[in-house]
Amino acid sequence: MIAPGVDRFAVAVYDRALFVARFFLELVRPPWHVRAVIDQCIEVGIRSLPLVSLTGFVIGIVFTKQSRPSLEAFGASSWLPSLITIAIVRALAPLVTALICSGRVGSQIGAELGSMRVTEQIDAMEVSAINPFKYLVFTRTLATTLMVPALTMYCGLIAMAGSFLNITTNEKTSLSAFLWDGFSTISFLDVWSSLAKAIVFGFTIGIISSFQGYHTKGGTQGVGRAANQAVVLSMFAIFIEEALIVQIIGALRAM
Amino acid sequence: MGGPSGDPAIVLRGVTKSFGSLHVLRGVDLDVHRSENVVVLGKSGTGKSVLTKTIVGLLKPDEGTIHVLGQDVTTLRPREMDALRVRIGYSFQHSALYDSMTIAENVAFPLIMNEPKTPRGEVADRVDAALESVGLLNAKPQMPAELSGGQQKRVGIARALILEPEVMLYDEPTAGLDPLTCGEINDLIVQVRESHQTSAIVITHDLASAKHVGDRVAMLIEGQMIGGGTFDELFALDHPQVRSFYAYNFTDQDPT
Repeated sequence: MIAPGVDRFAVAVYDRALFVARFFLELVRPPWHVRAVIDQCIEVGIRSLPLVSLTGFVIGIVFTKQSRPSLEAFGASSWLPSLITIAIVRALAPLVTALICSGRVGSQIGAELGSMRVTEQIDAMEVSAINPFKYLVFTRTLATTLMVPALTMYCGLIAMAGSFLNITTNEKTSLSAFLWDGFSTISFLDVWSSLAKAIVFGFTIGIISSFQGYHTKGGTQGVGRAANQAVVLSMFAIFIEEALIVQIIGALRAM
Repeated sequence: MGGPSGDPAIVLRGVTKSFGSLHVLRGVDLDVHRSENVVVLGKSGTGKSVLTKTIVGLLKPDEGTIHVLGQDVTTLRPREMDALRVRIGYSFQHSALYDSMTIAENVAFPLIMNEPKTPRGEVADRVDAALESVGLLNAKPQMPAELSGGQQKRVGIARALILEPEVMLYDEPTAGLDPLTCGEINDLIVQVRESHQTSAIVITHDLASAKHVGDRVAMLIEGQMIGGGTFDELFALDHPQVRSFYAYNFTDQDPT
């Protein structure tokens, strides 16, 4: 006991660390509930496709259109494909996908687990000797960890398609030239670091939203708060992670 | 098995539980023998649900021992606890059915998760048998939200019965139900004991239910157990809270 506030903070940190540690413990221990994981992957992956498609495509078009004047000022509009590719692969695709998923999937996980908690469905699992953490939290977090990287790649491709549409109508660039320009500027490090970021983001969304839902207190209002906190805290964590990971990758690039 | 002989199914000794400064259980002693229904009465907020939750390990008591089927719940490791929980059925106050699953899936879930190698045909047969015993076989494809409160309660009991428990814990089985449905649930509780030889604790504030299903009746007052004999013996006690509890349920009738 140091001071009530400090104590509470320490306990909160400890609880969250334990929650994360428990996920990795369950990861190496059967059963893995493969069916439930696949169901969740469909829920997270397939159901997010329309939103990710639309957002990716619009971002591709708009970002290209907005970047053109600055490059044209230097007579360098032929650099558009490489500029856009770098922007999309390194930054936009993972970040945009993660933000969409924290909104769509995070709120769903928070609300779903939250209402299961307040209606005692989680207790019902526990007294039936079913591990609710494994069946609910593990499956959902694994699904987001796998699906956010997949959606990130998809989002990147759709954004490139949007960008190509805009470039080919304005600069009459052919598809092969566009792809050649684009992909010759990015390295494997760019692709891998982007995927690594997406994996971290996916895990973050799953574990934070599950934590909020799993520890919901107090009826309908509590469920609302859990859904809301799931989204807000996921987004907050994603921005912090983005800032940190960019520093690390920058250091790797300099080596 | 059978009869009050043999070692008791549930033994509580000096169980205490507090939430902050709220002392809910203050040294509870309770014995439940094999194949008997013990009713625990008490007004709302006296910690009746806390009592059943400590028995099944959802809550940890601060002090005291809880033996269920010969094992001390307070010292079991998670894996041993799960092995014991398979032998305990729990009927929740608000049924706690999985609302994203059909009735058949709800009842099958504990079986599939605990005995994943059970052939599909056998799972289907046991689900049918469990739903048959609560009279809801035709509700199989429905969702929990489509059923009435009484039907949900019965599905909850069927789900608890699928693993063929030796001990049943009923948390307010008749709360919020009309008198006729209450009667059906009471009959069901008696019938479950007959057909499955279960030992049960029935938590309730419904005296008619207590009289109907209870072999013995105790009352939880200020965190301690009063009575523990028959229904009539409990209400023959000269205890102000016991008397007022009776007076409210059977107005102007003198307790026997």
